[in-house]
Amino acid sequence: MAEEVKLFRNWSSPFALRIVWALKLKGIEYETILEDLQNKSSLLLQYNPVHKKVPVLLHNGKPILESLVILEYIEETWKQHPLLPEDPFEKATARFWARFNDEELLPSIRDASTKQGKEQEEAIVQVEENLKYVEEKLKGNVFFGGETIGYLDLAFGWLANLVSVLEEVTGLSLTASGKFPLLSAWMQNFSDAPVIKECWPPRDKLIIKYQAMIEKYTAVAAPK
Amino acid sequence: MAGGDGVKLLGYWASPFALRVEWALKLKGVEYEYLEQDLQNKSPLLLQYNPVHKKIPVLVHDGKPLAESLVIIEYIDETWKQFPLLPQDPHEKAKARFWAKFADEKCVPAILGTFTKVGEEKRKAANEARENLKTLESGLEGKRFFGGETIGFVDIAAAWLGCWTRIAGEIVDVKLIDEETMPELCAWLENVLEAPIIKDCMPPQDKLLEHIKGGIHKMLMAAAST
Repeated sequence: MAEEVKLFRNWSSPFALRIVWALKLKGIEYETILEDLQNKSSLLLQYNPVHKKVPVLLHNGKPILESLVILEYIEETWKQHPLLPEDPFEKATARFWARFNDEELLPSIRDASTKQGKEQEEAIVQVEENLKYVEEKLKGNVFFGGETIGYLDLAFGWLANLVSVLEEVTGLSLTASGKFPLLSAWMQNFSDAPVIKECWPPRDKLIIKYQAMIEKYTAVAAPK
Repeated sequence: MAGGDGVKLLGYWASPFALRVEWALKLKGVEYEYLEQDLQNKSPLLLQYNPVHKKIPVLVHDGKPLAESLVIIEYIDETWKQFPLLPQDPHEKAKARFWAKFADEKCVPAILGTFTKVGEEKRKAANEARENLKTLESGLEGKRFFGGETIGFVDIAAAWLGCWTRIAGEIVDVKLIDEETMPELCAWLENVLEAPIIKDCMPPQDKLLEHIKGGIHKMLMAAAST
């Protein structure tokens, strides 16, 4: 049966990148629809009227939204190269940590990068606490998925390139300090893995993008 | 299920997140031991089982703890197959996960803002809440429940929202779930709150009213002092 798989994404979204990785790891053929988020296509707005965001996966004309929800859909639809553990408890644990990334870790790193003064100090403390948990998760494993890349590696995957970009742009030291050796090793291993390696957005473009974003936040916060 | 320590649920009587886990367990007829927690004075057990968030609910199955109510509900659905909560079809399942997430991440904060902020911020929050609730209504797709003919994952995830919003609305005199503008959502709320197990598990409404009143008062005081 001819399957029609399309992915709406933009050049830099780490959430959309999760889906690219999942599709490539499973060897699924798909068409990319590259969006300009300043000028969203009518198709994107039609398929994701609620959030108007990327990524959107379109499978045989039906849209699936929200990156972690899309990952689970891909896992359930294409059984090769399983990304989630079979065991329900292990699976639930992976889901818990993916939510931790999206709801705790990522916002704390965003705050540490964009806030000033006392708020920034507090955010940095929070980032360290959060990273300690992630470090703990890696004990005894090369990847969060065990011997091979899995769902949780894809969820945490954005760390492997964006942390160093943010460190360069802000001058902060989040993992560069060497405080999290297992995490740093994972970031290297994940980055270098065959499918993952070929998908990273260009670093120089990312530096420019995050530089601009942080300048915008700093300008807003600065006293007039 | 033989062996192990069985199923325990660490909860709090007024927590809607613990409530929705109880709904899942009861709908599936799973036997469990309920352990009421004192949230002002957290037990070593709670801190041991949920060191990351230190929150309830925590489900402990054969000695293994799980936190985050929607993660717990999916685990329950996968472990006990009777009375399935999520649809079988992957696309329908994805839609259910999407709506549960939307209710938690978009509806809840706006509704909370409506009842705990003042002035212009309150007005904005109320408008956003109404918009989001109207969007949530579209997820019903004309069905009786989000799960179709029977209660499902999204119904369990969102039912508390309707109840709490109604109670808070009476306290603060703001009606968010309006019959005129959201007739289907209103009907859904009536149906789901009357459903046998959903209704039986609800905390006593008078106690809940006092609890919510206290919570709103505290948050309004905090808003007034900033």
